[in-house]
Amino acid sequence: MEVNQMQRSFLEYTAALFREGFLDSQFSQLHQLQDESNPEFVVEVVSLFFEDSERLINDLSSALDQPNVDFKKIDAHVHQLKGSSSSIGAQRVKDSCISFRNSCEAQNTEGCLKCLQQVKQEYLLIKNKLEALFQLEKRIVAAGGSINMVEWIN
Amino acid sequence: MDAASGVSSIEGIMEEPHVLAVDDNLIDRKLVEKLLRNSSCKVTTAENGLRALEYLGLGGGDRQSSVNDNASKVNLIITDYCMPGMTGYELLKKIKESSNMKDVPVVIVSSENVPTRINKCLEEGAQMFMLKPLKYSDVKKLRCQLMQCRG
Repeated sequence: MEVNQMQRSFLEYTAALFREGFLDSQFSQLHQLQDESNPEFVVEVVSLFFEDSERLINDLSSALDQPNVDFKKIDAHVHQLKGSSSSIGAQRVKDSCISFRNSCEAQNTEGCLKCLQQVKQEYLLIKNKLEALFQLEKRIVAAGGSINMVEWIN
Repeated sequence: MDAASGVSSIEGIMEEPHVLAVDDNLIDRKLVEKLLRNSSCKVTTAENGLRALEYLGLGGGDRQSSVNDNASKVNLIITDYCMPGMTGYELLKKIKESSNMKDVPVVIVSSENVPTRINKCLEEGAQMFMLKPLKYSDVKKLRCQLMQCRG
């Protein structure tokens, strides 16, 4: 696939992610922070998000597996995940965290388990999509092209 | 020191204000650091209130010192509200209680828009309350406020 085609695919794919609510404007803000002094900034932050989220999801699974569920602890973890997902623009993950916190408040274990499933699902979706996006970007750059996300998104 | 060099040293500080950013979330710390650095600020980050107080020389116990280099250089403190252990509000109180740090503006940030929380912080002397995640326009606002503080 030649560069222009790849660039078009990239932009269409990104547009779809915004349209379908996977990403929100904070994702564009992340790109605005990236510059020549740190051209890998977005990838770095998103990688941190992946690590952080996986750790939190594991902690949530363990916490819900306990005989006496500590809802405060669970709420604290979900709050963290909500914060991180909001900070990178992962809208659907953030929204699933909001529902999760409601189940925590209601001290509803069943509800929490369902919410955790939902959060896991949304997380895996955005992870796959962002990884695909970054892969495509790499190929474009390797082929001598460039992505001007900021200009396009605005 | 004559008037001319006095003015330029204030401008020097304002060209590159030193900000202490406190947040328990690693991603948020990274973001706020980049945002501030891109806006010509010097940045120090701390992952919790205790570390922030230690940096400012308000740590307490045998770490406490009345003269602290770090404290005199910090022009602005931005702290998250929800943090385990010491909240941003508790950190704000400690800063306002200290004789040498009480005049440094403290901005509280939060992902949640809770009016009682906001009022509580403002009453305790917070300069501003802002919603996370911060944007360039927020930092611009802060820098304008900072200029007014010194001016």
